[in-house]
Amino acid sequence: MQIGLDIGSTTIKIAVLDDAGNLLFSKYQRHYSQIAARILELHKELMAKFPTLRTARLAISGSAGIGIAESCGIQFVQEVFAEKICTEKLHPGTDAVIELGGEDAKILFLGRHFDARMNDSCAGGTGAFIDQMAALLNVETDRMNELAQQATTSYTIASRCGVFAKSDIQPLLNQGAAKSDLAASIFHAVASQAVTGLAKGRPIEGEVLYLGGPLTFMSCLRDSFDSILGIKGQCPANSLFYVAMGAAFCAEHDVDFASLPAKLEVAIKEHTFEHLAPLFQNEAEYEEFHQRHLQDSVIISTPENASEAFIGIDSGSTTIKIAVMSPNGELLDSFYQSNKGNPVVAVRDYLTSFYEKYPHCQLLAGAVTGYGEDLIRHAFGMDYGIVETMAHFYAAHYLEPEVDFILDIGGQDMKCLKIHNGAIDNIFLNEACSSGCGSFLQTFAEILGYSAEEFAKIGLFADMPVDLGSRCTVFMNSSVKQAQKDGASVANISAGLSISIVKNALYKVIRPGSKEAIGKHIVVQGGTFLNDCVLRAFEQEMGLNVVRPNIAGLMGAYGAALYAQRRFKDNPKPSAIIKLAELKTFQHNVKGVTCGLCNNHCHLTINIFASGKRFISGNRCERPITHMAPKDDLNLYRQKLELLKSLPNNEEPRRGLMGIPMGLNMYELLPFWQGLLNHLGFKVVTSPIEDKNIYRMGQNTIPSDTVCYPAKLMHGHIKWLLDHGVEHIFYPCMTYNISEQGTENCYNCPVVAYYPEVLHANMHALDRAHFFFDYLGLLHKKVLVQKLYEMLRKEYADITKQELKQAVEAAFAAYDAYEAQVKERGQKIISLAREQRKPIVVLAGRPYHIDPKVNHSIDHLITTMGAALVSEDAVSSHVTAQELSTDLHVLNQWTYHSRLYAAAKYVADNPDMHMIQLVSFGCGCDAITADECRRILEEHGRIYTQIKIDDIDNLGAAKIRIRSLFSAANLFDLDNN
Amino acid sequence: MQEASQTNFVPFTEEMRQTHTILVPGMLPLHFTLLQAALASCGYKVEILQNTSREVVETGLKYVNNDICYPALLVIGQLLQALESGKYDLQKTALIITQTGGGCRASNYIYLLRKALEKAGLTHIPVISLNVNGLEKQPGFHLNANMVRKFLAALIYGDALMYLTNKIRPYEVVEGAADALAEKWLSRLAEAFQSGKGQALSSIKKLTKAIAKEFAAVPIVHRPKTKVGIVGEIYIKYAALGNNNLEKFLQKQDCEYMLPGVLNFIMYCVDTYLTDYKLYGGSFWKYGTNKGAMWYLKHLESILRSALNTAPFSAPATYEETKTMVKGIIGYGNNMGEGWLLTAEMLELVHSGYTNIICAQPFGCLPNHIAGRGMINKIKEIAEEANILAIDYDASASKVNQENRIKLMLATAK
Repeated sequence: MQIGLDIGSTTIKIAVLDDAGNLLFSKYQRHYSQIAARILELHKELMAKFPTLRTARLAISGSAGIGIAESCGIQFVQEVFAEKICTEKLHPGTDAVIELGGEDAKILFLGRHFDARMNDSCAGGTGAFIDQMAALLNVETDRMNELAQQATTSYTIASRCGVFAKSDIQPLLNQGAAKSDLAASIFHAVASQAVTGLAKGRPIEGEVLYLGGPLTFMSCLRDSFDSILGIKGQCPANSLFYVAMGAAFCAEHDVDFASLPAKLEVAIKEHTFEHLAPLFQNEAEYEEFHQRHLQDSVIISTPENASEAFIGIDSGSTTIKIAVMSPNGELLDSFYQSNKGNPVVAVRDYLTSFYEKYPHCQLLAGAVTGYGEDLIRHAFGMDYGIVETMAHFYAAHYLEPEVDFILDIGGQDMKCLKIHNGAIDNIFLNEACSSGCGSFLQTFAEILGYSAEEFAKIGLFADMPVDLGSRCTVFMNSSVKQAQKDGASVANISAGLSISIVKNALYKVIRPGSKEAIGKHIVVQGGTFLNDCVLRAFEQEMGLNVVRPNIAGLMGAYGAALYAQRRFKDNPKPSAIIKLAELKTFQHNVKGVTCGLCNNHCHLTINIFASGKRFISGNRCERPITHMAPKDDLNLYRQKLELLKSLPNNEEPRRGLMGIPMGLNMYELLPFWQGLLNHLGFKVVTSPIEDKNIYRMGQNTIPSDTVCYPAKLMHGHIKWLLDHGVEHIFYPCMTYNISEQGTENCYNCPVVAYYPEVLHANMHALDRAHFFFDYLGLLHKKVLVQKLYEMLRKEYADITKQELKQAVEAAFAAYDAYEAQVKERGQKIISLAREQRKPIVVLAGRPYHIDPKVNHSIDHLITTMGAALVSEDAVSSHVTAQELSTDLHVLNQWTYHSRLYAAAKYVADNPDMHMIQLVSFGCGCDAITADECRRILEEHGRIYTQIKIDDIDNLGAAKIRIRSLFSAANLFDLDNN
Repeated sequence: MQEASQTNFVPFTEEMRQTHTILVPGMLPLHFTLLQAALASCGYKVEILQNTSREVVETGLKYVNNDICYPALLVIGQLLQALESGKYDLQKTALIITQTGGGCRASNYIYLLRKALEKAGLTHIPVISLNVNGLEKQPGFHLNANMVRKFLAALIYGDALMYLTNKIRPYEVVEGAADALAEKWLSRLAEAFQSGKGQALSSIKKLTKAIAKEFAAVPIVHRPKTKVGIVGEIYIKYAALGNNNLEKFLQKQDCEYMLPGVLNFIMYCVDTYLTDYKLYGGSFWKYGTNKGAMWYLKHLESILRSALNTAPFSAPATYEETKTMVKGIIGYGNNMGEGWLLTAEMLELVHSGYTNIICAQPFGCLPNHIAGRGMINKIKEIAEEANILAIDYDASASKVNQENRIKLMLATAK
């Protein structure tokens, strides 16, 4: 008899084979991290089933099985290898295997060129990801498939990692998108991630097998793979057990079954994981802590005792919170619940019951905050909207007038507000990549089989909290997996997760120089802090006591109520909140459409209410509502794009067409190269700027999943050019950039400098074209002429150096003309804005950040909010190299980045300007520039705002940041809020 | 080169040579022990840091932007943790850090270190930039030709010892014999260095030969081993702290592994000037100096190779041979970080029988998007037998995932 045991991250599988290789017995179950205990159960079951069993050949496989195998001295077989063996035995002739597991995704290419790929540590698109998404949709994982079958439309969802997807899905949910459509979109995202992330350019074709839990249980997921790959894959019998059977086939050593339980008992007792100090030494310590926090309270009353009240609603990412407040600040009634994916229903039900229960209590005014602000405000006629950072500030300030620091950890967001002189001085929000906040804790509790409350309780007295580090959710997932492997108890995992959330907040988001720099009067709030483990971990890490109000989870709603009251006092008018009669007939339908008014093709969600009122969300500009094109007279980003599009071209080319992929440094150097190539008798063909399909077109040839999004787009641009019959493509490698202000420090970043090499090495389609990607530099004209000559002569034998010399001159002239135009336009926008007394936002990034595919039209978002917008190069030349070098704490090594420092310095001195830095996810250079720009601005008492962008198409988080910046800087009067 | 003003920074003065201990982040145990001896013989008190606990990572996370590359986080974490440990008199301690120059963010490490010192309230601690391109100068620390010669001697011995122990260790009859022999030579060489010996070209020639002979005499037995090459970002591939003890793990997995020598990297750095001059122009004087340096390095290389060709060993390919291997695959102008050398080293290892390759890099390493991950498909087209695994290292990447992937690579190697 041969037995294989496959211990994955979430499930355990066993396969018992007879000597002929027939499957006698198999079982698949979740192990809830109780690995050794589950094996013991399986052992019992086996002994009952096969009473004569004494010894059998046994091998263990699976990512969570290494530890057990080692400590019990049982043979370990790497799971992908096991899968290969099993497939080759049962399905000879298979070309590829796709297996999704709990936290791993694998693709095996079988046959002569065997290769196996596993997902990188930062990639989502796995079973656990689907679990997480199901929890987000508030459905059982098993129902996902059923839902997906009813889908009518699909959304683009980033699947690079769970956190990204979440930030795409959450706003869609809040905007009322149908769960069925989302389920199908999630499946599509998973498939697309697995294929592009793992195949990395190698085509998947022929006989394909689908294995593992998710692909076995979800037919729609298989369909998604089929449609992406253009094949019909098979899910064979026993598809759950291929790894286990493979391990059984590989098993070489007889294991004595009688002594196995004893060995497992020993394994259970072994503790090898890295751990931290316990949260509480003893019960007495907890009691002191508990009593202390009971003191920080808002008075709780009931609507029975009030005739007038204000209502605040915080429609958060996963929960909906409502606070009804009396005019003197007592909390009359509250509501805190998961929004179950539909905040509208939750609010409707609440309001209905409130009116019915307390008909005597009149709601004087109401305000909404949070992700669902616009929707709820429109649906229920709420009087005011307020950005959540401000709502939190009002609440904390009301409770603790001395507050100098607020930390709010909610379901999906983390907000830190620094308060100075009773006003917000600085705001930090978590990046999309570190939002492993409350909902993460909750999802984890559910995966391990607990409610959030139970999970928190268990962790309080953990003796050895697991050290899980402080990075993003996906990393934590694998760290937890490792801790499980090492036998950490659920209690220690719970406490460890709480500590890591705190560390994430402290060291990833806030990054204080010292603990003293944070503040003395700290208010912590948000649902996550209701977890005593998190609260305690924060106090321990900070080494001081903090205030957690008894309504920690309601602070946003309470702050909104306070805001409603404040506005009501300023301008008492009858509230527009809809009344009971209207609620009775309240109806809400949702329709998803794609806006066709511009090339952005926003996915719009149209909410239709019974009154006939419509609310459109998902738009980036006012066009779908007003049907007017956005005005770009105060938007340098758009004007730069127009300049690039309207560059003169050679319409009578004697040497034919030359393609230029429109990405990365081409956003700055296009005028240069087009000038050069035009002069040489080429007509330049650029790939389109506004084609959303570009990314998808080249997606499957990207070798490095973690490179920045602008670089990834290059693959699609090349593909587009080739598909449009352009056979000559010009895209040189450039170590050095244009030298500005006479300095020599003018590197490009490594990715910008050498990306053509990656395209050449990974896009086979280029082999048939003429790809000019030699190394060129612009610093020495003579050398440039020589290098261009060597480069082009190979293909154009008649080219002369004289001709090139003139062309280079023409190129520099074209470049200078373009730069001058940009500066002139920038200057014009600045003076126009000053005339109109509009705030000016310097949206600082790289030249390629003006690409709407890269910035997701964030520029329109900003101008729609009423500000003028210029790019960094419009102001950077106002600061001389000399001025810059006297105050710079970094090595000024890159041309583009140097402009950022200069822009920051210029903005710091101009009170009507505000800097927002765009940072592409994965940009290593910006780890340096961001800190430096922040330092420059903050030393001048200015606010630094950073927005991280990737392929996420949703601007929800960006909007909060921008609004917070505007509010904190008091840019607009309240009605613009 | 234009750079930040240095007026705010505490200089390392002439007097500090006597009073201060210079702390050096650890990376390569063999090479650095000799570097320490070389520096000592030049009159500097130097200590190579050995602290590698989890606290190093935690300290790094606390003091540098968490999105910076992992090596910076570790190096700065190691230095600051040492300062905070109470082991050193903070009035008599200085730090040293390398500054490579070029377009990789590694050139900025020193500034990040200074920012970290500022955060920790330790701005009075002088920081020395170790560079050969005049990026920063310190009154009390002169990198003169004599010192560079000594450093290079240390690196040659280090490379020889590293190569030989890696060749012998997997097959030694007596466990620990190779490492013990390396230890023995290390202390002999360190002693020689202290008294100013062992650094002349003739001594290097004699001693490296003697070392190779003694290694050749270590009793070995032939066992089947999986041959693995390790390449990648320089810190991560060499430093156990950076790669979660990769070498120890591979030893346990029954592997023979090989790491390319440091000399290759030094030659590559010098070569960068030569290439850039040809591609983009620049100062001819600088070109000439580097040409001279290259000549000297090639001479050292031939000494090293002739020792490593002592039977039964055979030396790895020369720098120039290695360079030729990537002709037409990646441009020589690609020279930020490890640049084309990384691609070339992978091919060199495949050709020498190390067909299984681990490309170890910090998470999000910019140059490695191009020359590492970006070239893997291409290498496999040329060398079908190549079995390459790229692994990202970072403060929270899980060891179990990394090891599981290595196990997969090893399983498919057999």
